[in-house]
Amino acid sequence: MDGKSKHLLSIADLDEEKIISLLDSARSFAQVSTRPIKKVPALRGRTIVNLFFEPSTRTRMSFELAAKRLSADVISFSSGSSSLSKGESLKDTAKTIVAMGVDAVVVRHSSSGVPHILSNWIDCSVINAGDGMHEHPTQALLDLYTMRERLGRLEGLKVAIVGDIDHSRVARSNIIALNKVGAEVLLVAPHSLLPAKIEEMGVSITGSLDEALTWCDVLYLLRIQLERVSESRFPSLREYTLQFGLTQTRWSKCTSKPLVMHPGPMNRGVEIASVVADEVEPVITGQVAAGVAVRMAVLYDLLGGGNE
Amino acid sequence: MAFIARAKLLDAEDMRRIIRRISHEILEKNKGSDDLALLGIRTRGAFLAKRLAKDIEEIEGKPLLVGTLDVSMYRDDIGSRPQARVGPTEIDFDINEKKVVIVDDVLYTGRTTRAAMDAIMDFGRPKVIQLCVLVDRGHRELPIRADYVGKNIPTSGGERVKVSLVEVDGVDMVEIGKES
Repeated sequence: MDGKSKHLLSIADLDEEKIISLLDSARSFAQVSTRPIKKVPALRGRTIVNLFFEPSTRTRMSFELAAKRLSADVISFSSGSSSLSKGESLKDTAKTIVAMGVDAVVVRHSSSGVPHILSNWIDCSVINAGDGMHEHPTQALLDLYTMRERLGRLEGLKVAIVGDIDHSRVARSNIIALNKVGAEVLLVAPHSLLPAKIEEMGVSITGSLDEALTWCDVLYLLRIQLERVSESRFPSLREYTLQFGLTQTRWSKCTSKPLVMHPGPMNRGVEIASVVADEVEPVITGQVAAGVAVRMAVLYDLLGGGNE
Repeated sequence: MAFIARAKLLDAEDMRRIIRRISHEILEKNKGSDDLALLGIRTRGAFLAKRLAKDIEEIEGKPLLVGTLDVSMYRDDIGSRPQARVGPTEIDFDINEKKVVIVDDVLYTGRTTRAAMDAIMDFGRPKVIQLCVLVDRGHRELPIRADYVGKNIPTSGGERVKVSLVEVDGVDMVEIGKES
């Protein structure tokens, strides 16, 4: 069907037109969540499995809610309580699940590339819900959705992404997506948190958050992933906060306030001061609500069309 | 796929008269426009609903509730037809206890109408739902009948009825023909 893909593995596989079309559909799906009856029968009879090999609250719940609002049946799998702990391989686990007759698998894994491998092994749709340090395509879509709804456009938008770019699949997916829709991206981070050759992705780099603040329309703060990054990457958390954190002083000095976004969960007092976090919270919780709508659009796009 | 027209069945003048006539029929059947609401099915039904509403407002001299319905989330045939972008549904009024008229361009299998009724029920409980179509081309697959019909056009299954509207296509007309 018109070269329509049955997977969503990477934001790189989508062109600008597809991204905009998903964001348009998401707007209609967002409206479903505001109705007295928050459910439509679009995917009735379809089965979706959430395969989460890495802890996640918001992404898993968001996918689950999205599937349920489309009337699909959802099974959730988390690695802790499964046969994986008995030594079953990823391939066997996946094959077993698909043998039960599911239409889509939503995968989160700590290793990059797992969704790609799964899509070769199994017959149903595979959706990447975050793989290692590689990509998190639905996060990028919901971030673009939020920017578009709040600021009215994407083209020419100046977006500064601050923090641990190296470990961040969110940053990677956002950079790719923002480039595709014609936004400008500036990365703000110490050199120790930037991957090699990142300039080749079509971004500018600065070490000064103050400089970024005067330039940007959107300030996208990444979470310092305390579980992934050791303090050897920077002298201390306090030092990081002073240079790259959105402190109260920095925020109050900022004259034209950008839209502040964060993928959550926030480390208050590290990348963002608690007081500032309270102030910008509506946008960040708005991102969460957008997540459900965008995932509804993605599921509908992959499962609603002519796959059979 | 390109559409090859065999004959033009309605032109702009015909359409204008039909809309005028149906406006009167709707008012006659519902004894005025109190508690009346028109819901047009995207894309062309939505514009037809707006035209009807304009006529009815002119006749009655008071504003009429009109909304837009996107039924793609309610269809039973996804998977067997190419998929369009899901458009917004715009009903910014309470439909409980209203007399709702669904407006569509072509009535064919009845499946779109069924989807529209399901969608409406999720917004509330109208007092009555009626159906208004510009063209009824037959071949129903569900027990559905229109209350207001612009023109009955007998067709065969292989034929296609193409409705063009100024708002979308730049011209008002209805043609019959084939896809090739």
